[in-house]
Amino acid sequence: MPHDHHDHLSPSGHPYRPDDDHPLTYWQQMEIAIREILIEKGVTTAAEINAQIDTMDARSPANGATVIARAWTDPAFHAALLDDASAASASMGFDIGPLKLIAVENTQDVHNVIVCTLCSCYPRNLLGLPPDWYKSRAYRSRTVKEPRKVLAEFGVTLPDHVTVRVHDSTADMRYIVVPARPDGTDNWSADRLAKLVTRDSMIGTGLPKDPGTIAQPLPSG
Amino acid sequence: MSDRCYMRVATHMPPGHVRTPAYLRGKVGWVERKLGPFPNPEQLAYGLTAETARLMRVRFTMAEVWGPQAECPDDTIDAEIYAHWLEPTDPPHAT
Repeated sequence: MPHDHHDHLSPSGHPYRPDDDHPLTYWQQMEIAIREILIEKGVTTAAEINAQIDTMDARSPANGATVIARAWTDPAFHAALLDDASAASASMGFDIGPLKLIAVENTQDVHNVIVCTLCSCYPRNLLGLPPDWYKSRAYRSRTVKEPRKVLAEFGVTLPDHVTVRVHDSTADMRYIVVPARPDGTDNWSADRLAKLVTRDSMIGTGLPKDPGTIAQPLPSG
Repeated sequence: MSDRCYMRVATHMPPGHVRTPAYLRGKVGWVERKLGPFPNPEQLAYGLTAETARLMRVRFTMAEVWGPQAECPDDTIDAEIYAHWLEPTDPPHAT
């Protein structure tokens, strides 16, 4: 008798998502109006807009992980990435567009974390769309004031001798953290190392995965 | 470090699209690296012809930004600040 009561649950026991039966907001109407005018005037097409959305959706932290794993395994690329991260990423086929990218490296003595206090600047070309918390007022305001507490809430507790460097992405640069390569990964291939690199480890709110959690590759025969 | 180039961030609070965060205004940091030039976003945001502006990455200590409330005085905040917001200054006095 699933329909007798519990109106907020579906027959399979999941909560219903309420219908969004409310009028469009001012900005939603504005977006639709401008999009339709641009299409009507021949400035762009619906297909171009869809293609751009597909491009944005196709970006994921896997792109960044590929870059980091190469930096861990290729000393020349590592140096190039720290020198000019835009050019180094572009050389791997990850076009940064007009934005400039800076890579900051975690070491035994330094831990870097990225924030954008003014809005939500984020290295989308390498990491895809930012997580909601990255855009929250709490993350944006607290990370510059009490980064160690914020990091601890993400499960990253740093010893006192480690300096925390917060990077506030205020203007034209975007940032990516190069996490420290985990111990016990000697002789690992770049492909296998990339599996250790999480999105949060490239924002600085996380660390790479424990190498023990990644299955051994099958012996090649 | 005597070769550090120290800068003070301007304290004014103009309206409009400004990329200098309020919490850093009036604070002293040193130039971590020079960037740019970029078209000035304060003009670009309004569709004006933007002059090119030099951008600096300035590093501040938590002690400088938050004073005695700093969570850990030697931790740092780096931010990108346009040169027209910066004025060369002496290093902060050692405590």
